[in-house]
Amino acid sequence: MPAALIRIENLRFRWADDADFCLDIPLFEVHAGERVFLHGPSGSGKSTLLGLLGGVLVPECGRLHLLGSELTQLRPAARDRFRADHVGFLFQLFNLIPYLSVVDNVLLSCRFSARRLARATAAGNSPAAEAHRLLTQLDLNASLHARQVTRLSVGQQQRVAAARALIGQPEIVIADEPTSALDAERQVAFLELLRDECDRSGSTLLFVSHERRLATGFDRQLSLTTGGAVSAGGSA
Amino acid sequence: MRWLLILAARSAWNRRLTLGMTLVAVALSVTLLLGVERVRHEARNSFALSVSGTDLVVGARTSAVQLMLYAVFRLGEASNNIRWQSYQAIAADPAVAWAIPLSLGDSHQGLPVLGTTGAYFEHFRYGDGQPLSFAAGVPFSGLFETVLGAEVAERLGYRLGDRIVISHGMGDSGLAEHDDKPFTVVGILARTGTPVDRTLHISLEAIEAIHLDWAGGAPLPGLSIPAEHVRKFDLQPKEITAALIGLKSRAAVFRLQRKINNHPGEPLLAVLPGVALDQLWQMVGFAERTLLAVSAMVVVVGLAGLVAVILASLGERRRELAILRSVGARPGELFLLLSAEALFVTLLGALLGVALLALLTTLLAPLVQAHFGLSLSAHWVTSDELQLLAAVVAAGLLASLVPGYSAYRLSLADGLTPRL
Ligand SMILES: Nc1ncnc2c1ncn2[C@@H]1O[C@H](COP(=O)(O)OP(=O)(O)O)[C@@H](O)[C@H]1O
Ligand SMILES: [Mg+2]
Repeated sequence: MPAALIRIENLRFRWADDADFCLDIPLFEVHAGERVFLHGPSGSGKSTLLGLLGGVLVPECGRLHLLGSELTQLRPAARDRFRADHVGFLFQLFNLIPYLSVVDNVLLSCRFSARRLARATAAGNSPAAEAHRLLTQLDLNASLHARQVTRLSVGQQQRVAAARALIGQPEIVIADEPTSALDAERQVAFLELLRDECDRSGSTLLFVSHERRLATGFDRQLSLTTGGAVSAGGSA
Repeated sequence: MRWLLILAARSAWNRRLTLGMTLVAVALSVTLLLGVERVRHEARNSFALSVSGTDLVVGARTSAVQLMLYAVFRLGEASNNIRWQSYQAIAADPAVAWAIPLSLGDSHQGLPVLGTTGAYFEHFRYGDGQPLSFAAGVPFSGLFETVLGAEVAERLGYRLGDRIVISHGMGDSGLAEHDDKPFTVVGILARTGTPVDRTLHISLEAIEAIHLDWAGGAPLPGLSIPAEHVRKFDLQPKEITAALIGLKSRAAVFRLQRKINNHPGEPLLAVLPGVALDQLWQMVGFAERTLLAVSAMVVVVGLAGLVAVILASLGERRRELAILRSVGARPGELFLLLSAEALFVTLLGALLGVALLALLTTLLAPLVQAHFGLSLSAHWVTSDELQLLAAVVAAGLLASLVPGYSAYRLSLADGLTPRL
């Protein structure tokens, strides 16, 4: 088995004023190319874990290994750089910046990372052309690319956000309940698109949700219990 | 970095209505601040340029400042005149090189009429020592002849040969007219940028002549002396308002001043123009500083409003900050993003304020010139004003740290998932 892409060891985290640990994870691994579904009830610390993986939060103790880098050893600026270069994020709601165009929203990832810009344009495309390509791939009609983002439906907005997470082929795509505002039918369609695109760009997908039924189609399922321990949720 | 500034500009444009209102407030406050400074500067300037080469100004005993105000700047009225004999005695002093008598009190369409002699055109100096020069015509020689200041001729559209009527007393309307004795325009002076421009000049004898059949503020009933007969009367003036004195040697100035101040016939006052001006600036200095402080306060209020508006917007923008954070923005970059917005509005406000001031001075210059005799030159900014602007921008920079720091703190506390 190859070395884990993400490896968390003995990690503990608590929010500034809290007495209890929000997360307490002895071991958590994700391998390259895996599509992992992380389940946990609301408030169990899923988003907190993603913040730690993004290098936005710092654990109190433990190790946080990503792509061969030990995040806890990096300085804040280097962590921000790391996130920009290697991680694509996708959130629950309001993923887009209202005053930017659809394409500029997608290209946001490339503005803060020369690496992702270089990768996005590696095929000879201009950044904007690559954004258009991804958007079309994600089933967003070309006529919608020019529309104001605030005039897109939630489902369309989430696909724009997915394009932003995917552009420049980051090694890791982290999705934090991106489907919770969609109806059941669209949830499934969106998940399929997302998984397909991650496969295409070779990104490892860590998908987080409190809805266990979305786990079908993932390689592996993990559970985060309240109190912040991860356990194998059985293969889906 | 460049992209961050573009982002800041787009974000600002997205909230252009609220930011626009604060922009207007900042711009207006800058206009006010610079306007106060400019009027102050121009007032000092024009006062300082109004008289030059005159060693002493002499009038009835009053305050030095008041004497300067009415004798040189034609502001306010003299409470007392001085006797012609006193004037002659002073003018005859061996230390005196020249003397210009000034007789004020009448007006034409709200503009002052000055009775004087040919010495005025010969010896009066303004600015840094320039003599008066004629744009057209010659000094008055006949009794009912007048020489107009440049502003008088321009504003009222008078040309050589025009006939005008002088009103009794000062004021804009409701004055009795000396309409039985009209004056002919024989000369028009070149522009000086001083109160001379707003003055109509006639001879001292003419002042006597038009008042022959008057007593107090009104024509004597039943008595009317036609213009062609006035020459039969003694037109030697009995009183004048003030006099400007030039000395052969400046060394004699204090001796002569003392002598005049101790004049035996009547209480007189002689002042050195520079000293009187200094007194004037001391008197108005406090008012000037207060005015400047108030307008500086208005700028602070404007900037406070700006900060409040941006802080208020921060609540709605936490999501946006988290998104930027997720794509790799550093907290410091979010600091910059928010600070840039405040600084941007301040800079634009300062620029707009300057433009507005330029527009206002251009539009209002004729009005201000007409009412206060101040010539507001429509230049861009002086170095003093530039200092004020720099202070405004520095204050804006300081103010911009507030939303910047808030964004910084928020982004650290929120992580990627703001809790709204
Ligand atoms: N910014 C924050 N500051 C303080 N406490 C937080 C913050 N974000 C989350 N928490 C706390 O951490 C716990 C886990 O929250 P979260 O990670 O958002 O859970 P989930 O995403 O699984 O619903 C909650 O108890 C929540 O109150
Ligand atoms: Mg969550």
